[in-house]
Amino acid sequence: MSDKVIYVMYDDDGALKDGAKKLVSKGVKINEVFSPFPIHGIDPIIGVKNTRLGIMAFVYGLTGTTLATIGMRYFMVVDWPMNIGGKPNFSYLENMLAFIPITFEFTVLCAAHGMAITYLLRNKTLPGIPAQNPDPRTTDDKFVMEIRMSENHSVSEEELDGLLKDTGYIELDKKEVK
Amino acid sequence: MEFQINTKAKKLVYALIGLGLILTIIGVATGMGDHHFKTRLLTNGLINGFFFFALGLGALFFLALQYATETGWYASVKRVIEAVAGFLPYGMGFFGIVLLAITLMDGAHIYLWMDSEIVKHDEIIQGKSAYLNPAFFWIRTIVYFATYFIFLRGFKRRSLLEDQEGGTTLHFTNYKKGALFLVFFAVFSSTSAWDWLMSIDVHWFSTLFGWYTFAGMWCSTMVVLVITTLYLKKLGHLEKVNESHIHDLGKWTFATSFLWSYLWFSQFMLIWYANIGEEVTYYQMRIENFKVLYFSMFVINFAFPMLLLMSRDAKRHAGILTTVGLIILAGHWLDVYIMVSAGSLGANAKLGFLEVGMALLLAGSFIFIILNNLTKAPLTPVNHPFLDESIHHEI
Repeated sequence: MSDKVIYVMYDDDGALKDGAKKLVSKGVKINEVFSPFPIHGIDPIIGVKNTRLGIMAFVYGLTGTTLATIGMRYFMVVDWPMNIGGKPNFSYLENMLAFIPITFEFTVLCAAHGMAITYLLRNKTLPGIPAQNPDPRTTDDKFVMEIRMSENHSVSEEELDGLLKDTGYIELDKKEVK
Repeated sequence: MEFQINTKAKKLVYALIGLGLILTIIGVATGMGDHHFKTRLLTNGLINGFFFFALGLGALFFLALQYATETGWYASVKRVIEAVAGFLPYGMGFFGIVLLAITLMDGAHIYLWMDSEIVKHDEIIQGKSAYLNPAFFWIRTIVYFATYFIFLRGFKRRSLLEDQEGGTTLHFTNYKKGALFLVFFAVFSSTSAWDWLMSIDVHWFSTLFGWYTFAGMWCSTMVVLVITTLYLKKLGHLEKVNESHIHDLGKWTFATSFLWSYLWFSQFMLIWYANIGEEVTYYQMRIENFKVLYFSMFVINFAFPMLLLMSRDAKRHAGILTTVGLIILAGHWLDVYIMVSAGSLGANAKLGFLEVGMALLLAGSFIFIILNNLTKAPLTPVNHPFLDESIHHEI
């Protein structure tokens, strides 16, 4: 199925945001926005769903807590009971306090790494994967809005051009994709 | 000027003060015969005197922090912070009277180092007497009070002046004064905690104690700020305050709860692990006499905010914030209660009419003074340089 993609470039995040607001109010669906930094408040305008990364962070953290507890119990209590500073570790529970810092650290380690790797995988931005942004200038100081014609049946291309003209873009690029 | 205390609030505050007064009188009447009574009464004075004074001081610190960091978002809740900080002179008055009464009674078994009879037979206190003696104690206390008062007066005056004059000159003065206050406060928050609270357990010391006290104070202040803001918002004031401001204040409550828990745990774990006789007595006393209260206090102040305030929606929900906030506030009052009475009364400490009554009495007066402070200035500063940023605050 062939599709027509319109890339609209702005040199100001405020202009893009106002433009997006105007387009969405006319029923235009904006597929994606590329920008060098997060634009505050753009998500609800273009209808990006809330990220589920937070839930994953909790799961990764819980994994860390569990692994740390199992590991330390085995190393310090079961396999070879360690006596440190006159505190013999025959019981994990009674010496819980001593294990809390490591449990905490390992929880944070797992949550942070898990989140970072998930983020990179989900966005397909692992090292070596080709970049997805339409224009390298969006990593510098330009902002691009991507509109797909296949998602916009209610507006014709001419109407869209008219609407876009009012938003004050600096460049417009149309591409046929397969 | 725009905010007026309505009759409902007035009735509630008077009811709180009245109830507190009645309970205090019952407490005094029933406890009078006890030979620990004087110590108990002054212990209560110290707990509540410090707790409510600290709420005001926390607000002053928070204000100075915003000035020193040139923060933008807080501009529309600035007057709330100032109103809470405005309690400080009254708090200092009550707290000062309690400290004076304790001094006049040679420490009243609270500050053992003030009693020359005890010091004579106690080598450990003798070793500390260069720092811990009534004269130097009062010099320090007066310096703390004077410093806080001078800064508070300056901040207040410039804030009201800014409403009329505008411009950035006052802003930069505030910026400098805020930073200067933080320098003083960095030292005073620790030393004043040693003087007023840690010296109750005079044989014991902990370098963490100052931060621990400070974290508890900061967290309680954030709760007061959140609840006051929500109350004003509910009455239809503070129309410039949006959900993001509430969210930010909620985040501060959440974060400072963790700061407090972190310091509580650090102090506890190090002493527990090292297990040195001189140090563990502090916790032994608390576990022997206050086991349930002490650990439930930790759970309240740590687990409650962690579980209930973690989600983004909870930090924007007035009901959840108020409920959790009030519970945390009670938890931090309990923290100060145990901090003071475990050292001064130990096994003789009670949580009865007198304790609850005095807390309610002070709480009622505190609320009344804050509401009164709020009526004295426009609730939104007009010419704050970051007001526009604050109005458009969105997270």
